[in-house]
Amino acid sequence: MSVVFVLIGASLLVASGFLAAYLWAVKSGQYDDKHTPAIRILFENNKKENSVENRAMSDENKDEKSEKE
Amino acid sequence: MERERNNQNSALLEEQSGTKLFCYHCGDECTDELISIKEKIFCCNGCKTVYEILNQHDLCNYYSIENSPGLTKKYYVKRNLDFLDDLSAKEKFIDFTDGKISKATFTIPQMHCSSCIWILENLYKLNPGIISSQVNFLQKKLFINFSEEKTGLKQIVELLDSIGYEPLLNLEEKQEEKVKAENKNLYYKIGIAGFCFGNIMLLSFPEYLSIGTEELPEMKRIFAYINILLSLPVFFYSSLDYFSSAWKGLKKKIVNIDVPIALGILVLFIRSIIDILFLNGAGYLDSLSGLVFFLLIGRLFQNKTYETLNFERNYKSYFPISVTIRKGNIETTIPVEKLETGTRIIIRNNELIPADSILIKGNANIDYSFVTGESIPVSKNTGEMIYAGGRQLGGAIELETIKEISQSYLTQLWNSKAFSKEDESRIVSLANSISKHFTFIVLFIAIAGAIHWLIVDAALSFNAFTAVLIVACPCALALSTPFTLGNTLRIFGRNKFYLKNTHVIEKLASVNHIVFDKTGTITENDAALVNFDGQLTHDYKLLIKSAVRNSSHPLSRAIYNYLHDSGVTSIESFSEKTGEGITAIINGKQIKVGSEKFVTGLKTSDSNNTRVFISIDDTCPGSFVISNKYREGLKGIISSLENNYEISLLSGDNDSEKENLTKFFADEGELHFRQSPHDKLDYISNLQMNGKKVLMIGDGLNDAGALAKSDVGISISDNINNFSPACDGILDSKSFNRLADFILFSIKSRKVIIASFILSFIYNIVGLSFAVTGSLSPIVAAILMPISSISVVVFTTFSINFIARKERFI
Repeated sequence: MSVVFVLIGASLLVASGFLAAYLWAVKSGQYDDKHTPAIRILFENNKKENSVENRAMSDENKDEKSEKE
Repeated sequence: MERERNNQNSALLEEQSGTKLFCYHCGDECTDELISIKEKIFCCNGCKTVYEILNQHDLCNYYSIENSPGLTKKYYVKRNLDFLDDLSAKEKFIDFTDGKISKATFTIPQMHCSSCIWILENLYKLNPGIISSQVNFLQKKLFINFSEEKTGLKQIVELLDSIGYEPLLNLEEKQEEKVKAENKNLYYKIGIAGFCFGNIMLLSFPEYLSIGTEELPEMKRIFAYINILLSLPVFFYSSLDYFSSAWKGLKKKIVNIDVPIALGILVLFIRSIIDILFLNGAGYLDSLSGLVFFLLIGRLFQNKTYETLNFERNYKSYFPISVTIRKGNIETTIPVEKLETGTRIIIRNNELIPADSILIKGNANIDYSFVTGESIPVSKNTGEMIYAGGRQLGGAIELETIKEISQSYLTQLWNSKAFSKEDESRIVSLANSISKHFTFIVLFIAIAGAIHWLIVDAALSFNAFTAVLIVACPCALALSTPFTLGNTLRIFGRNKFYLKNTHVIEKLASVNHIVFDKTGTITENDAALVNFDGQLTHDYKLLIKSAVRNSSHPLSRAIYNYLHDSGVTSIESFSEKTGEGITAIINGKQIKVGSEKFVTGLKTSDSNNTRVFISIDDTCPGSFVISNKYREGLKGIISSLENNYEISLLSGDNDSEKENLTKFFADEGELHFRQSPHDKLDYISNLQMNGKKVLMIGDGLNDAGALAKSDVGISISDNINNFSPACDGILDSKSFNRLADFILFSIKSRKVIIASFILSFIYNIVGLSFAVTGSLSPIVAAILMPISSISVVVFTTFSINFIARKERFI
């Protein structure tokens, strides 16, 4: 029967992982705006990719700059 | 929202059999000469320019997401944004900067559809200096990351202005952060309580079903210890609010609903710990965590707020952030906070006057609609006093300030102590008034039970005492109010009636005196009832309409709308004399439209009506009589409220409309005219002193004091995102005709609360009958608690929706 305790421990560990994920989601602001992302996802993909690329590029630029410093 | 507008537009199209043309950009009707690019037509050059900008940058997807998503640029006035280069102004908008990359946040009230989100998130295509931009649609916020080297705050605001999304630039303090943090905390608490509740439930199953507890006693003990560990965060973190609220109440000698809840939670926890550690029992930790979890969900449901609406506005949100001052011949802009008395200021067309001043130079034509609700501008002569809050229409004027901003008439009204809403409401919520008696009765039963068992069987005494407190914990009672009121709040919101919080509904239900403001509240703001006194031929109509088309004066616009069935013709010359009238020459004929003195040269004798005289080549065919247009459904509202409420009317205007008003209001004695903002405030306090619970319905800043003083203050607004004074609720003018239904619905939702209280008392009595015998097993507690809570929630939600359906709210 001692296997039950191992299982309980394992299940609590997994559940804690989900709790941590939830707390992280709240902390990172995913619950601040529940409306806009729902609309944003419907915009045409090719346009969106551009902006992602652009953002990624600017992030790279930022990284490069900080490295230089 | 947008779709609705489009439907209306297409409905219009069908109705008028396609003869009318609508702007490709904003969807407004094209009335003037046609402006077009290829086959696309525009109502004005502003709209065309926006289209050109977007077209040039390959952003025409804007028009394919929604039809005609833009906003008309017809009334657009270019703003002076020089102050945005000023350091102190920058601080207000820039959240973070490292000198190279800056993050700025703007509020953009014009945001209304998915096209808006799309264009605002693609700003980097219009200005390469913008790295990225993100929208929070419900809060109407735009977050921009931009490179300081490539662009600046001023350029970004200019860009937003140029495509029709003008950010709000005012002095309002950033105050939302706190609310946000509170909301986040609630999410944390619910998450943790839910996690612990689920696991404790799982670990309690062997106990419920008596599986394996006999053969493996150590398993039961270890499960119980894990339960204690899991319940610690629930008790010490998630339920914290209930203890602090109960403590706050007790300190003020008020037994609020949180007192019995906190008592229940505390007893549950202590009893369970003792049970598990010393008596080899199972405890009630599942009930404890479930209780806290359900209560927090109820709180989340009640906490629904209208994020975009601001119910706490003060004068600062009306005022511009900067003002142009003049020293000698040099004009500079300074932040409005630094404005001192005796400063020469320049106010241009459509700018607000920030402080009480004397007119030095220029034609002042002041629109006081912010302050008084009166939409017809007042003209002032040099040397006259101009109060803060007025808006200049026409050319630039020069003023000398005579008071500081904080000392001005308008701001003094706001800062007056009488105007600030008291924290403690005079109307106690139903749950709190019941909980007082409830708590004492429960304590009495618990102690009586304990004494009884002390005599009969001392060992059961502690059990009986704690069991009563556990069972009596008013979980269902505490849940019925948030769910009923939360549902009502949502139903109201769906019908364009937005309340600050759920307490307002209970207050609304206990009101017994209703006070209306006149201008802008029961009358329509931009629509006036126009009648022509005399004979108008078709030719005259054509000439007058062509003449008034060139004037932006509200009376001209009213006449223009009145003559909608006439055409227009080209005009040879036009001049407008502020405060007097307009002169136009069309086909060689001189047309004069304006005051009697301006048109005929005679002084007016009858001052009770607003009249606009006309003359065509010195013949005067008559005059337009312009009177208030009352909102649709006013008669119905008043007559359905008259029987149960005392109704009065306060107006800042003279009594010229008295005759018309008696058609609506039966009691002539309750019509009060020439009421200053302070008179209105005093009137409300007098009513309250006589024990009345007052509902005030107003709109302008002149009602701000009365709205704050009354038990419930509701402000009427044509556009809910526009200005409205501090109040408890904002009612969209489109839903004005349902005002009486809203009030009656609030009374019905209170009845639903009472019914659900009865339901939860029945559960309590059943539970107590178990408890006093001292034989409350964990499984009975674990079943009774969720069943009572869930059934109360289902009952209230179902009945509120049923009533709403019956009342045609959904």
